[in-house]
Amino acid sequence: MERLRRTMMFVPASNAAMMRDANLYGADSIMFDLEDSISLREKDTSRFLIYQAVKTLDYGNTETLVRVNALNAGGQDDIEAMVRAGIDAIRLPKTETAQDILDVEAIIAQTEKKCGREAGSTKIFAAVEGPLGVLNALDIATASERIIGIALGAEDYVTSMKTRRYPERNSEEIFFARSMIVHAARAAGIAAVDTVFSNVDDMDMLRKETEIIKQLGFDGKSVINPRQISVINSVFTPQQKEIENAENVMAAIEEAEAKGSGVIALNGKMIDKPIVERAQRVLQLAEAAGVWKEGEEIEW
Amino acid sequence: MVKNSVGRDIPEEIEKNYGVFENAFSRKPSYSRASGKVTAVHPGESKKLKNIREAIEKVGLKDGMTVSFHHHFREGDAVLNMVMEEIARMGIKNISIAPSSIANVHAPLIEHIKNGVVTSVTSSGLRDNLGAEISRGLMNKPVIIRSHGGRARAIESGEIHIDVAFLGAPSADEYGNANGVKGKAPCGSLGYARVDAKYADKVVILTDTLVPYPNTPMSIPQTDVDYVVVVDAIGDPDGIAKGATRITKNPKDLLIAENAAKVIEASPYFKEGFSFQTGTGGATLAVAKFLAEAMRKQNIKASFGLGGITQQMGDMLEEGLVETIIDTQTFDKGGIQSMIKNPNHYEIDAGYYANPGNKGAAVNMLDVVVLSALEIDTNFNVNVMTGSDGIIRGASGGHSDTSAASKLSIICCPLIRGRIPTIVEEVNTVITPGETIDVVVTEVGIAVNPKRTDLEEALRALSIPQFTLEELKEKAYSIVGKPAPIEYGDKTVAVIQYRDGSVIDTVKNIVE
Repeated sequence: MERLRRTMMFVPASNAAMMRDANLYGADSIMFDLEDSISLREKDTSRFLIYQAVKTLDYGNTETLVRVNALNAGGQDDIEAMVRAGIDAIRLPKTETAQDILDVEAIIAQTEKKCGREAGSTKIFAAVEGPLGVLNALDIATASERIIGIALGAEDYVTSMKTRRYPERNSEEIFFARSMIVHAARAAGIAAVDTVFSNVDDMDMLRKETEIIKQLGFDGKSVINPRQISVINSVFTPQQKEIENAENVMAAIEEAEAKGSGVIALNGKMIDKPIVERAQRVLQLAEAAGVWKEGEEIEW
Repeated sequence: MVKNSVGRDIPEEIEKNYGVFENAFSRKPSYSRASGKVTAVHPGESKKLKNIREAIEKVGLKDGMTVSFHHHFREGDAVLNMVMEEIARMGIKNISIAPSSIANVHAPLIEHIKNGVVTSVTSSGLRDNLGAEISRGLMNKPVIIRSHGGRARAIESGEIHIDVAFLGAPSADEYGNANGVKGKAPCGSLGYARVDAKYADKVVILTDTLVPYPNTPMSIPQTDVDYVVVVDAIGDPDGIAKGATRITKNPKDLLIAENAAKVIEASPYFKEGFSFQTGTGGATLAVAKFLAEAMRKQNIKASFGLGGITQQMGDMLEEGLVETIIDTQTFDKGGIQSMIKNPNHYEIDAGYYANPGNKGAAVNMLDVVVLSALEIDTNFNVNVMTGSDGIIRGASGGHSDTSAASKLSIICCPLIRGRIPTIVEEVNTVITPGETIDVVVTEVGIAVNPKRTDLEEALRALSIPQFTLEELKEKAYSIVGKPAPIEYGDKTVAVIQYRDGSVIDTVKNIVE
């Protein structure tokens, strides 16, 4: 079953209680942060804390990532520690070129070898946070076999672009960057994750932002407060009507195949390959979200 | 020492006085109600006195008597301190105090105890400094902790005999008709005070808002009142009732609350006409928010909401989600407004609310109650009284009353708080026996009391993970370790009465 990445929750690696509770809120991925949310004097203790947390606590099936520092600012130590701890993926911030990915990959590969972890088992998630990274999105997304996803970090990006965030104007200032990211992700066959929404009390705007990125084709969104999770997950979880419609499409195509009929119609509309693929995708998402199972009625 | 049925050793001299706890409904008392003395008031006689001193003189307060107060003013209360200060100034000693509860603001009691003015205390709870001092062995006689229903039972049956009740009232007329909805510092219901007014020998109303006769509603009627004293201020209005009690934004509390609401929804009691009581803070108050959403969605209305009332419940009444509010204590300004505006928001006294010895209290009709816990052990016994350091800092409140009488009692608590496990092998102090707790809801999952096989069945389909309390305790211990035992001395500093009057536990002095 495909892994859902509707929500990727930021958790500062300096806060033991938040790390302990990170798995409670239904985020599909947890991203522990060693970078911007950690003060310089707490970098080492936080690295130690997150190492112990990943080794000791049970995060179940939730994907765990760590956002590391730049390689010339402690990132190498971060990566080595995290590969040893058994983290699922390293999230590289402020990625600008494919070479950035290759540098990280080299450290990961070396550490995997040193500590006896299966080669290639540590994945990479690239975060693009500036104009150069946005323009190089495809190169970055295809730089390594280890890459599982690409994310937009809009706060730094809009600052570099000499603008700011305008969520109340449909976030047009990041439309190009979002489009580049999602195109790169789809071309590379990896996940696309959107930037954070920083007003944790404005759930209506969060929903609107999430609907926009869903429309663009993103897989999910970064989250900075657990209260945002249910809103985003609900936008990305297929609704009952969508599921029923997808089921009907799949039933119609099965029936047509059984009859050996070539052209298929449902409720007067022709069903072609993209429609079938979309229906399959809806059912996959619904199954991954636990709201649908093949051949089973699920209570709503 | 005598062991009671929850495994606690009770000293024999205490056992002799009260008997030990057997089970929640082992006592079915039959008694004549105690009643206060009455001195007739003739036409033309005035009840209005100059000051507190004159009231103390007029009621004939003497060494060794019992005085009572109510806790509706919470941390804003000035009445208890004013009256006790005057009693001390007059040289009266050896007083027993029987307030319905004690707040932080009542720390001056420490000096009155040291000076021999106060030698005996019964209360629902004790806070910060006084609790700590008592835990260190301040008093010779142990404090008797009673639940809200248990206190009403003790007063109505004569176990507590109140010589003088000093009752603060946000408004009163010169003949003593008093209520909590008018005046400078409204508190809403006067539910606890009403019991004292009815059963004390002498009743003094203290108010800072004298209104023309007759003051309505007559929460405390003139027929129960001997004297009225007007004071500058009965307390700090902001401490008496806060604006609206805010629903928590803490994601963990919200998660626990959401889980609890799902448990209620999946239970057999969630149907048209059900009744409920929720707490007033943290996760327990947030349950009402999620419950309201579920009620709207399924078009279900509650027949009544009970208890400590906040704006949340008032809003549900206004919206028509709840038909009636039965209110023994009002917690915020929104709740008070609801009581003033809405004729279906009724004020009741604490005996009506929860006395297990009367002809049937409101809690007996309650379907669902949501409560919190400082600690809960693998036998479902709950502690809401002593902290992880063994110091008394909580209150029994209506915890054991509602959990025993309701059809579904739910405890909301996190697995651990900071570095302290909430779910433990054995609680420090048993307030509520495990036999009366049905479901424990935490952020990681729920545990159903194994004796409620019917609930286990009903909740099986829920998407929330289900554990035994033993498993939850292990989870908690695996994160923070097993707590070291607290070092207690030999002196009994508090006796915990169960609501029926039997002794469920005692608290020993702490060794520091």
